[in-house]
Amino acid sequence: MPVPAIETENLSKEYPHGFLHLKKKTSLEGLTMQVKEGEVFGLLGPNGAGKSTTIKLLMGIIFPTAGSARMLGKLVSDVAMHRDIGYLPEQPYFYDYLTATEVLDYFAQFHGYSAAERRERVQKMLRKVGLETAGKIQLRKYSKGMLQRVGLAQAILHDPNLVILDEPMSGLDPVGRREVRDIILELKKAGKTILFSTHILPDAEMLCDRVGVIAGGKLRGVGAPGAIVGVQATGMEIAFELPEGVAMAEQIQGKAEKTGAAYRIGVSESELYRTLEELQAAGARIVSVTQIKPTLEDFFMELVGKDRAQASAVEVSAQ
Amino acid sequence: MKGGRAAAWVLLLSLPVGFAGVWRLQGKIDAARDAMHQEADEVLVRSPKLMKVLTGEYATLAADIYWTRAVQYYGGKRLGQDTNLDSLWPLLDLATTLDPHLLPAYRFGATFLSQPEPRGAGRPDLAVKLLERGLEANPEYWRLNQDLGNVYYLEVRDFSKAGDAYLEGSKKPGAASWMKVMAARFLEGESRETSAMLWREVYESSTDEKLKENARINLQLLRADDDMEHLNEIAQQFATRAGRPPHSMREIIQAGLISGEALDPLGYAYVIGAGGKARISEKSPLFKQQTIYRRPL
Amino acid sequence: MSRVLIVARNTFREAVRDRVLYNLLFFALLMIASAVIVGQISMAIETVVMISLGLSAISLIGLLIAVFTGVGLVSKEIDKRTLHAVLARPLRRWEFLLGKFAGLAVTLAVNTAAMTAGLFAALWLVKHSLERGDAVVLAAAYFILLKLMLVVALAMLFSCFTSPLLAILFTGGLYLAGLFVSELRSLQVTTLTPQMQKFFAVLSYVLPNFGNYDVMGAAAHGRKIAGMLILHNTLYTILYCAIVLGIAAMIFSRKDLK
Repeated sequence: MPVPAIETENLSKEYPHGFLHLKKKTSLEGLTMQVKEGEVFGLLGPNGAGKSTTIKLLMGIIFPTAGSARMLGKLVSDVAMHRDIGYLPEQPYFYDYLTATEVLDYFAQFHGYSAAERRERVQKMLRKVGLETAGKIQLRKYSKGMLQRVGLAQAILHDPNLVILDEPMSGLDPVGRREVRDIILELKKAGKTILFSTHILPDAEMLCDRVGVIAGGKLRGVGAPGAIVGVQATGMEIAFELPEGVAMAEQIQGKAEKTGAAYRIGVSESELYRTLEELQAAGARIVSVTQIKPTLEDFFMELVGKDRAQASAVEVSAQ
Repeated sequence: MKGGRAAAWVLLLSLPVGFAGVWRLQGKIDAARDAMHQEADEVLVRSPKLMKVLTGEYATLAADIYWTRAVQYYGGKRLGQDTNLDSLWPLLDLATTLDPHLLPAYRFGATFLSQPEPRGAGRPDLAVKLLERGLEANPEYWRLNQDLGNVYYLEVRDFSKAGDAYLEGSKKPGAASWMKVMAARFLEGESRETSAMLWREVYESSTDEKLKENARINLQLLRADDDMEHLNEIAQQFATRAGRPPHSMREIIQAGLISGEALDPLGYAYVIGAGGKARISEKSPLFKQQTIYRRPL
Repeated sequence: MSRVLIVARNTFREAVRDRVLYNLLFFALLMIASAVIVGQISMAIETVVMISLGLSAISLIGLLIAVFTGVGLVSKEIDKRTLHAVLARPLRRWEFLLGKFAGLAVTLAVNTAAMTAGLFAALWLVKHSLERGDAVVLAAAYFILLKLMLVVALAMLFSCFTSPLLAILFTGGLYLAGLFVSELRSLQVTTLTPQMQKFFAVLSYVLPNFGNYDVMGAAAHGRKIAGMLILHNTLYTILYCAIVLGIAAMIFSRKDLK
């Protein structure tokens, strides 16, 4: 059985909270999941859900209060394994007295490249993220979007097999986002494993092989974007028109929505044929019958609605 | 917009006037404060032990600062003809507690603490205390023995202690050979010649301007004393011959008892004063010094 | 070990580019220049004043840098989150800490050396010659450097588990306490029980003894310093720093970052 690129088991994080640190807030509870080698895995969830906490636990920035995690088969405490991992922190910030070239060169030094190799790689990376003209400018003068690009560059500069990106699209304009998407796709084509967290759903739907939804510190569901929404019960939507003078049956009238000239009514699968008959009997003209497929967004919003109170209370790690 | 520019110009031009006003006011304030300043003298923290704790590693630097203040304090008082030297001891006490190796402070203190008012603080006891502390911290420095001996000889008038001090100093490596000689002279008691030798040594060994000046004036006065003693003998001869004391120098010169005018060490002619005794001319700066430094010898 | 050097080199580069350092250096040189003037006011002790003032300036400014920059070494990285990308490297946390320390240590060494050179230049200007006795000033400057290393180590330790402000206060406070540590040993208070006396005695050995490094008096008057003192102070500093940094590394390795 191939070793999963990322594997967590009951990973949990509690923070001491309140006066005298007597209370505890749970930031992440019992996270058990796997990311397969070569896949693009999206970590979705509202703010404060625990996505960043998960990633920070993986990268050894914070330490779990329970459970364990492995990356590339080794425990996350084994820092040597970072050689093969790239990480883009959320809202990255780098030494602002250095230039982009210097920062990338500094990071590259830890991977044991020769000076010539480093120069080459750094230039390549700058070009890849569109910063080749800004290489000599001090980072203190960089915009948020430019910093995000530097962040991406330092994450992939050593050609790691596993790339972890925390909110890679934040701070970028649509062009930038497209570029990042392209880079992710490029990495995927090269066989890399990618884990990224985001709350931009269309991106997740487009890029990810699988997504994991985290809310309120718990994993709510894992699967292909389509599969997740497929999990929820669907229904059928009937669109119909009422010719002049035809009245609607009472039960139907209450539930139908009028948009323009047509009416729409949502019914469960079991009620479908009965409703159709009623409509037919009433003299309505059936325009279409379609399956209601909730989008990832609906799923998401439902989740958020349920857990909003909990979610906002949970994000304790000092932002 | 125009109003704004005009306002800016008015402000710009009024600035120098404003500062001139501030300057003059400050002058007035300074004068007023100086008048107040007389009584409150400047040593705020009097406890040397406390200062040592407070200054920690920077004690040596603090000592230098106190020493500088002591020198300026003394100089200021002398310039202002102020005879109150109460703060001299506290300042020197602080300086030498903070840095026991600050040799100039001991030497300076010995002189100006011990000499009587108005020249010094008139506290030879404190001078002895200071020097003993200096000797304890710097036992190899024989010059402090010299200073101690001087205080005993000149101010305390304890000639045996003076001799002892010089004797002890003479045993230390590097001590000048005259230390032994002076010790012997002290034990014989006070004499003008001994004092002159003493001041000459002080003059030569001092690096401090004030100490040098002090020694020089003492030497000059001793010279003057010698001269006047000699002149008085001549005046006596005149009196014997003329049957009365001389009324002026001219009389003595005319009598052929002296070839020309006798000049004091600063070049001014001695005059004959009341009772036919020689004295220093009022025109000579030495006259004033005499009243300041005068002590029966 | 080479990873430590990578971090150290970068830390040095950061200190050099931090313009605050240049201002301090300039200020120190200015102080030394003024020492030459002060020497004129006070008779007979020009060199004493210059050396005391110069060494005091070197010490004070070095302390300011050691405390404030030392605390910032870790706290700034945590606050600004520049640390995250660095720790994503195959770099152990203790290597990072040690590298930071080494970088600042080298910076302080360069600084102290530059200021001491300035002091010697001023001395030469006034005395027009330098004698063997002046070597004591070198020893005094070396001791200042040792002292600064220890302060940096302490600053780093405190900044690993308290806020930057508290770290600055604790480090400063421990430094001041360390100056009077030897007094603890000779505490002559008769109301103390033998256990309390023992306690104070133990405390006096555990606390860092910054009084060890105070030779300004000797340097100012050109008095000799025992060679053994130089050796022992060096060893003491190395040992104590190792202990402090070891504790800091342990704390830092387990610390949740932001």
